[in-house]
Amino acid sequence: MKSYVLRPLYVVIAFVCIILLARVFVVPKDFGIGERGFMYGWHRKGAEDFWRNFKVKYQTREYCEGCHAQKYETIMASPHAIIQCENCHGPAVDHPVKPEKLTIDRRRDLCLRCHAYLPYPTSGRRVIPPINNDEHYPDTECVQCHNPHSPGF
Amino acid sequence: MTGLEAHAAEVHGAAWTIKEMFVYPNEYIYWSIQIVLYPFMTGLVAGAFVLSSLYHVFGRTELKDMARFSLLFSFALLVAAPMPLLFHLLQPQRGVFVFFTPHFTSAIAAFGIVFFTYSAIVASEIWFVSRTFFVHEIERLRNAEGICNRVRYCCYRGMSLGAYDMGPGADQADHKAIKILSGIGIPVACFLHGYAGFIFGSVKANALWMTPLMPVIFIMSAIVSGIALCMLTYIIIMEYRKLRALRNRKPWMPAKDIAGVEIETVKITARYLVGFMVAAISLELLDLVFRGYTAVKSWDILRAVIYERDFIDIFILQYGIGNLLPFIMLLWPRLTVRRAVVALVLVLMGVFMMRWNVVIGGQSFSLTFAGFMHYHMPFMPHNLETYREGFFGLLTILVLPFVLLWLVNKLVPVLSGGEEETSGH
Amino acid sequence: MISRRDFIRLSLLAGAGAGLGVGTVRAQETAGPRSRWVFLVDTMKCVGCGLCVKACKLENEVPYDLPVTRTWVERYVITGEGQISVDGKGRSVEAGTVFADTPMGARDGYKQNVFHNYTELGSNVVVPPDMIAKSFFVPKLCNQCDKPPCVQVCPVGATFKTADGVVLVDRTWCIGCGYCIMACPYGVRFFHPVYRVAEKCTWCYHRIVKGMKPACVMACPFEARRFGEANKPDDPVAQVVETDRVAVLKPEFGTRPLVYYLGLDENVR
Repeated sequence: MKSYVLRPLYVVIAFVCIILLARVFVVPKDFGIGERGFMYGWHRKGAEDFWRNFKVKYQTREYCEGCHAQKYETIMASPHAIIQCENCHGPAVDHPVKPEKLTIDRRRDLCLRCHAYLPYPTSGRRVIPPINNDEHYPDTECVQCHNPHSPGF
Repeated sequence: MTGLEAHAAEVHGAAWTIKEMFVYPNEYIYWSIQIVLYPFMTGLVAGAFVLSSLYHVFGRTELKDMARFSLLFSFALLVAAPMPLLFHLLQPQRGVFVFFTPHFTSAIAAFGIVFFTYSAIVASEIWFVSRTFFVHEIERLRNAEGICNRVRYCCYRGMSLGAYDMGPGADQADHKAIKILSGIGIPVACFLHGYAGFIFGSVKANALWMTPLMPVIFIMSAIVSGIALCMLTYIIIMEYRKLRALRNRKPWMPAKDIAGVEIETVKITARYLVGFMVAAISLELLDLVFRGYTAVKSWDILRAVIYERDFIDIFILQYGIGNLLPFIMLLWPRLTVRRAVVALVLVLMGVFMMRWNVVIGGQSFSLTFAGFMHYHMPFMPHNLETYREGFFGLLTILVLPFVLLWLVNKLVPVLSGGEEETSGH
Repeated sequence: MISRRDFIRLSLLAGAGAGLGVGTVRAQETAGPRSRWVFLVDTMKCVGCGLCVKACKLENEVPYDLPVTRTWVERYVITGEGQISVDGKGRSVEAGTVFADTPMGARDGYKQNVFHNYTELGSNVVVPPDMIAKSFFVPKLCNQCDKPPCVQVCPVGATFKTADGVVLVDRTWCIGCGYCIMACPYGVRFFHPVYRVAEKCTWCYHRIVKGMKPACVMACPFEARRFGEANKPDDPVAQVVETDRVAVLKPEFGTRPLVYYLGLDENVR
């Protein structure tokens, strides 16, 4: 056996060492096997914090109640009590700081999401008072006649 | 949100996917032309290597002419093989993470290790094959003048790894090492490609891909395509050399010195090619028959794709023109070089279509089993994405191995019979 | 608790990892008892208003006008035998023909009884009311499977399951290969158009860890989407899952979804 025969092997080993060395510097320190074991838990721990600290936009109606107590009371007494304020008023985010004013969606399209007539009696639609979109004052915004906070006239 | 939209962001896949009937909103053809190319390329790598090993390990001396060439070509293809993957990644700069944080439950994670192992084996084998050549060149260029010669000299010094031993026994040692490396190389080459099949075969969400036969089918068609490409390139290069020699021919030179393609070599290699083709087609048909016979839930949509929507791609282009026609052409008596060339091009096209039909076909129906998606390959690129995933990306990747072969051939001449007579074995 | 077999397999894997130079840094333990969340979808209550999709897109910064979404609502109409209208022309269909769609993931809800994407038949399919045998809406979202195939196939550990059972994606580590998108049988994953990495529903992880409900659950006026904790005995959602007849989507894939459905029809895909 000639001694030079193993030289390609040394080159390969050197390559492996370079990769392993590079790993030490490139791979974040918090990378590892999490609680779920290798198959489902092999990850960078910091990624969890990223998602945990993601910005909340929808603050829910309890947040609105703090300042708009009267509006809150009115809507809670109406059939629209099931609808969250932010579904029409847009996500509060850091309102009243940022944005200072919320953009209210007053379009007919918004009401039609639930109230457009669809012949689907086996779906949840059966419980909603429907309108025929083509016949019931088309091209008019619903809010001209109906008050969304107290829709029943 | 307005800030986000200002980026002119676009949905990956929307540029080349057309949806029909009931398809989930997030479904697009996410794996497009580059992923068709990826198994095609690794298949060529594996096939070329198996061809060269038939000589080195099993002593099929009739393949000697092809063996050395296919080894080098395998290396050139190997270097090009990860390129389609890199082209396809949305974050190509992070591709190296596959080496750094491999997740061994993923078939793609194995890529780093298998690919590296296999490159090491092929590179070492080439080193042993070419070592004596390096030493000769170092001797020849030791006192040569000119920058070009000095660069070549330094290259060879480096590549020889300081092993100048040409003494008694060195030749046997090289040969033994080559034999061992080709022996290890065959299973690794098959593994390299088999796992490419595994990447698809193990996706349980995809009704067309999910079959344990997928790795075996991939290996067989890989060998077919590898042998075909090696033969084709061999024929083209030999013919080119012949033409050049004829042009430079001096009147006093005897005609027999101008050697072209050895039709015997072509015939013998073609016999191996046909053998592997039979295996590949049998497995593919077995898969098809089995699906039709068992007819599980997904069969309705699969049948619509296979027998109706993709009929031309599968039965005309792949099986008809890509398999049956070249099969007859190669088996027909009195094989000529010209006929072989046509048959080989068709074989390569057939294997490419097989990859296409697996990768694109597997995504041409929805996970709902109630809708379809059509793939329209972008032609003229209008941004980086439509270049990478379009026709010109395809061309780039297809040309790359030949450029690499040309480069490798500059340093390690593989084709005997030119002006660079090498010390093959 | 991990079983002994799991432990052995895990150690072998970890050992193999260590042998190849893969770090086995133990993730830090989080204090306090773990939540085990559970999601319940009541398809009987859904009206197809799409407010959940709108809220999700705004809450999670998924580009509003692009056709990808973390959650969506599907519409199904199953016909009786007779004539339907295709591009204004009559066409007879067999009983039990299914029409389904989810335009833009139902971001704007459903306002018309028309299917636009049946290109094989025509682009405007209308099933007349008397021909409708049954019709309903089905909200979809990530099932946060107990055995998530998407996590199993990630080559770099960029997607993972947290200790409390939510599957997340590491935006700084994802290489964008799309293998996870291919592996999900439910089609919930996609590439985020801006960040160009795999994106998926997180059950609004940032909200639920603060004790809030996911945005879609909050936005739903009809309690078609409900969210609870499986390990709290008096949790109303956990009680429904425990005592009522619930089903999961595509159980044949063995993914063990954690989203349970009430009133799931055999035609739901």
